[in-house]
Amino acid sequence: MNANLILEMFPIALMFAAPIVIAALGGLFSERSGVVNIALEGIMMVGAFAGATATVLLEPIMPGWAPWVGLLVGIAAGMLFSLLHAFASINLKADQVISGTALNILAGGLTVYLCQIIFNQQRTRAFSSGLRKMTVPLLERIPLIGPMFFQEIYPTFYVAMALVLLTYFVVFKTPFGLRLRSCGEHPQAAASMGINVYRIRYAGVVISGAFAGLAGATMVLTQDIQYTLSSVHGTGFIALASLVFGKWNPWGVLGAGFFFGFAQILAFYAKDITFLAALPQEIFYILPYVLTIVALVVFAGKTVGPKAAGEIYDQGKR
Amino acid sequence: MKSKISILVALLLIVSTVAVFATGTKEAAPAGAKFKLGLVTDLGGIDDKSFNQSTWEGVVRFAKSKGLVQGTDYKYLQSSAEADYVPNLSTFADEKLNLIVAPGFLFEKAMGEVADKYPQQKLLVIDTVVQKPNVVSAVFAEHEGSYLVGVAAGLKAKADGKSILGFIGGMQFPLIERFQAGFEQGVKAVFPEARILVDYAGDFGAPDKGQALAQKQYNAGAYIIFHAAGGTGNGMIKEAKERSEKGDIRWAIGVDKDQYSDGMYGTKSAVLTSMMKRVDVAAETVAQMTFDGQFPGGTVMVFSLKNSGVGIPDVNPNLSAAIVATVKDYAQKISAGTLKVSEVPAK
Repeated sequence: MNANLILEMFPIALMFAAPIVIAALGGLFSERSGVVNIALEGIMMVGAFAGATATVLLEPIMPGWAPWVGLLVGIAAGMLFSLLHAFASINLKADQVISGTALNILAGGLTVYLCQIIFNQQRTRAFSSGLRKMTVPLLERIPLIGPMFFQEIYPTFYVAMALVLLTYFVVFKTPFGLRLRSCGEHPQAAASMGINVYRIRYAGVVISGAFAGLAGATMVLTQDIQYTLSSVHGTGFIALASLVFGKWNPWGVLGAGFFFGFAQILAFYAKDITFLAALPQEIFYILPYVLTIVALVVFAGKTVGPKAAGEIYDQGKR
Repeated sequence: MKSKISILVALLLIVSTVAVFATGTKEAAPAGAKFKLGLVTDLGGIDDKSFNQSTWEGVVRFAKSKGLVQGTDYKYLQSSAEADYVPNLSTFADEKLNLIVAPGFLFEKAMGEVADKYPQQKLLVIDTVVQKPNVVSAVFAEHEGSYLVGVAAGLKAKADGKSILGFIGGMQFPLIERFQAGFEQGVKAVFPEARILVDYAGDFGAPDKGQALAQKQYNAGAYIIFHAAGGTGNGMIKEAKERSEKGDIRWAIGVDKDQYSDGMYGTKSAVLTSMMKRVDVAAETVAQMTFDGQFPGGTVMVFSLKNSGVGIPDVNPNLSAAIVATVKDYAQKISAGTLKVSEVPAK
């Protein structure tokens, strides 16, 4: 197997990894605050739809900036949509898994319906240019590291890296992060210290909406030419798996995102790698999912999620 | 709290009932001697810029030529879920339309069911095969259309001094291999020295995988890539656009419909041409046959170059007149039967 092949795989794997990492970080905020968010997939779809729509509509006015505004619109749409989950699971005390599932189902119908209204078809119109790959000057010349991380890479990958740092800092180094984590571990104890559990959990869910919306917009603007029902195709669930895999820790999430990115494209490069070429390609198609199950089984019992995640907050409970 | 939820549920029920009635108001006029036909769409509407829309255009073309009136003589029912297929088909069957048309392989099961339930009803299913005496199945000779885009791609590459081309399939099974086989033969016919990279994504709805494969093939020097991968192909078109926009010109070839507009960047398009399946021709042809009392029930009709069932778009801004002329020559040879296109890839 030649080294160039690995170098060539890197930018493509990072393209896969960026939305997974961003969405999983979103899930981290929500679950750390005590609200399970399986709606990541649905929120990503809404973010993808909003991002693509904004890009299509703004392109004639501001050609270069439209996709960047699209990302912002995706974030806003994701936040709005996640409010539904926050309202149902925090105010109405609905089962968080059911509420999340409802959002996932709603997202498909809602986005296609809006496409129908805005574009008169079941998908958005094709935008003429989404985000483009970039090469970072100077850094690209570093041997080995340059071709891996700084040549022909989508800028959203750097956004994802920045968000990993930011998440680590916010969750583990700020008072807000401490409150967030305490609400996910023992909300009654947090409340006894004067923390407004409702408010913190709202913040957690809405931040996760922002991240997932960004992840969705990233997917459509880097990998697709328009929003369709299959633009997100299960990446939200892979992000959820990455969150568990990464043990609810930003660095772990980053590693898991890389892992899934590589696992996905291994299928395409396997036939060029001599010792893998003999295996049927189907093995590589299922590889990411099989590895997920294996990893979950191996880590079972050792995974340390927030204790109160998924639990409805009941002030009277001790 | 509970009362609020029940109010919500009640509201939802009301809304959905109203919606059901709203769709049901398109009632048929009393049966006359006129020919009546109906289209049941799959999950898209008749303006989905894809199979539903094309099929509807075929229906409308036929209806206009016979002076039929929309809403009474020809109409459509939109399905909002897969569970609607059987009820929608049954609704039209109860109205005893002369022909019911349904596009897309998603209808395979529903068609079989309805065909059994209404043995007298004449049915047309497009792009899949349902073996029932009262169903006509329209399928396409994808290898012939793919041969033509292969010829176009081969000539274009040769003219521009490039020698590597690519093919990306959705999943590897005989139907998709027909695209690959036709494309390879077409390229080789005009450019025997060309090398063709072949990859399968294992997915029809994953643009990211399409883009990954496109990056791989373009990195390996591919100049033009033909995809038969549905939504997965979107990622390939994105990659072609992005590279072309930066001045590294690469081309994409679309599938099923004319994808020229999907490849637009600025005023140009990265889509060289497309391999079109003319579902409209299928709908129009079968409607005409039924009108003439020659409904070919129980048969599988193959729409090929001969009956304009497949082909490249009428307008190809990215192809030179010379290339289009050569493609037409080959089209004539194939439809005349002097040139046979194999359905299985070589090797």
